[in-house]
Amino acid sequence: MDGRASAMRPWLLLSPALATVTLLLVVPVMFILVYSFWLRTATGADTSGFHLDNWIEVLTDPFYRDILFKTLRIALVTTLFCIVLGYVPAYFIAMSRTGNKTLLLLLLILPFWISYIIRTMSWINILGASGGLNSLLLTLGIISEPMRLLYNEGSVILGLVHFLLPFMVLNVYVSLEAIDRNLLDAARSLGASDLQAFREVTLPLSMPGLAAGALLCFVLSAGTYITPVVLGGPRDAMFANLVFDAIITQLDWPLGSALSIVLLVVLGSVVLVYNRLVGVGQIAKSFG
Amino acid sequence: MDNTTRYERLLDRYREGGLPRRTFLGLIGASAAAYGVMGGPFSGFARAQDVKQVRFDGWGGVVSEAFREHAFNPYTEKTGITVVDGTFGGADEYLARIKAGQPGEFNLAHLSGVFDYARYHHQGLSSVLNEENIPNLANVIPALQDVFRKITDGTLSAVPYNYGTTGLAYNRKHISDEEIAEKGANILIDQAYKGKIGGWSDWKTRIWYAALQTGQDPNKIEDMEAVWDAIRTSRDTVLKFWASGAELMSLLAEEEIYVTEGWSGRIRALQDQGHDIGYFDPPGGLGWQECIFVLKGSPMGACEELVNFMLEPEVAIAVAEGQFYPPALDPNKVDLGKIVPSLPAFDPAGTLASLNFFEPEYWNSHEAEWAKQYGRVEAGY
Repeated sequence: MDGRASAMRPWLLLSPALATVTLLLVVPVMFILVYSFWLRTATGADTSGFHLDNWIEVLTDPFYRDILFKTLRIALVTTLFCIVLGYVPAYFIAMSRTGNKTLLLLLLILPFWISYIIRTMSWINILGASGGLNSLLLTLGIISEPMRLLYNEGSVILGLVHFLLPFMVLNVYVSLEAIDRNLLDAARSLGASDLQAFREVTLPLSMPGLAAGALLCFVLSAGTYITPVVLGGPRDAMFANLVFDAIITQLDWPLGSALSIVLLVVLGSVVLVYNRLVGVGQIAKSFG
Repeated sequence: MDNTTRYERLLDRYREGGLPRRTFLGLIGASAAAYGVMGGPFSGFARAQDVKQVRFDGWGGVVSEAFREHAFNPYTEKTGITVVDGTFGGADEYLARIKAGQPGEFNLAHLSGVFDYARYHHQGLSSVLNEENIPNLANVIPALQDVFRKITDGTLSAVPYNYGTTGLAYNRKHISDEEIAEKGANILIDQAYKGKIGGWSDWKTRIWYAALQTGQDPNKIEDMEAVWDAIRTSRDTVLKFWASGAELMSLLAEEEIYVTEGWSGRIRALQDQGHDIGYFDPPGGLGWQECIFVLKGSPMGACEELVNFMLEPEVAIAVAEGQFYPPALDPNKVDLGKIVPSLPAFDPAGTLASLNFFEPEYWNSHEAEWAKQYGRVEAGY
């Protein structure tokens, strides 16, 4: 009897978390999955049942495949920019010996206090034809007419990098902060230059944070909807925009559900691969 | 004396201090009990007492502000019923929300066009208004009512409220009045303005204008492939397909674009802000009307009262002047003042014979196919 109680105890302790995950994640996803096998009729009503039409359409139509690949490409480019641009400030904050580290970290999370949409829209005032950058270049005589900087894939990636950079910096910072400084001193005492010490000690030890940041940036950018709407042009739709169009504009919830599941599976696969290689526990460390 | 009148008298006596609160509530409670036990003459009391608020959803921005200031606040002051004022980005998004919600959760909506009226009706969302409770309906332009009645077998599920056009808006610094008159809808695919053209990211409007660009009747398109090709040309010529009135105004005001289709009221708002933006309804240009739609499952008495209140000439005119769209009131019956006749799209005859509207049955019958195909074409296919 005691043995059975002992065996049950972990499950009892886990039950609130399991119930929460089941109610808020598993059940909604199951609803979406079931919906994906329904059909939308010509009047807009849904027909329940087990129909594979939506899945055949989503998996065989090159339109959806191409947009999915484009979405993954944009997410990958965004992630690479975040890695390059995020490492430097993270390194600077982590290695800072001044008492301003808290202030620097506060500045890092300051953008989170402003709405994501507002932050995204702020680029219109910077990059627009009569925005800050064009006005400055025109005033300095560097250009004779405004450059077209908005409503293209570049501005979408820029908006995503702006949104996601703090996630990367925080993750890398946590990894760098955890590195024992004695290791660096040891490397230098053995004749390594600063660059060699960084390449052989700091960089490898910060890789888990870099990988965790990369995963977050990739998944969040691949699932974005707002940024392409605000900063993209007609051809810059991403996969989440297709889900929106299917569910809202076309009122085709079954097709939108199938598209949602596809995105979920693709991004879930990325997380699984990451977990196999690095372990998702690294992400939790970034949030303390 | 009917139940409503009894209740209003009771309420008036209570408000004027002639009836103690306890007595008033006691009478209301007795009426509720009477209703619960045997129904009958006081049943209306119980229902009326249940209605503490109605929900209204609209387009937001200056339109919502005008409604709040001129209609909802005075209505709440008069009736004690709160109007919960929500917004939506479009009738598509709103329909998805209703579908996901509970019956009665959403009550009134400022819907656009006859197309949406028909669409909502076909979704089983229409109600039947008791027109006797809306005496101000008599002042509404008959032509605007008739198109609704045809869809709902002679009854109304909405009252027409205002109308406008989706015409060509252009920056006069770069495009002259003569040029816009000469080129008409084709200026939206004019390569001379590539990268300086905008358009509404709405499949119906895009198809309508593409039909004009290909010389077809938008309500009787014969060569759909030509229409899709025109939309592809438009897609590759525009800077941006905008998604909201605020974005439309921003793009024009910041001179990101020089020409686009635009909503007459929003363009008038820009003109009043001092921007030199012209507005032109091209031949075959698109007219639309907006209505206050009462959704099935709503508290009809309270909704009809609000609708009637909104149709009071002084309220409708004030809202019209606030949102820059002419009211649905018949100029032959109501003095619309000085500002309304100056609004874009205003028809002094009150017949709206010069405007072209979406033929609801035609557009609804193609909605599933065209909305989906438009999404593909806009995304690059």
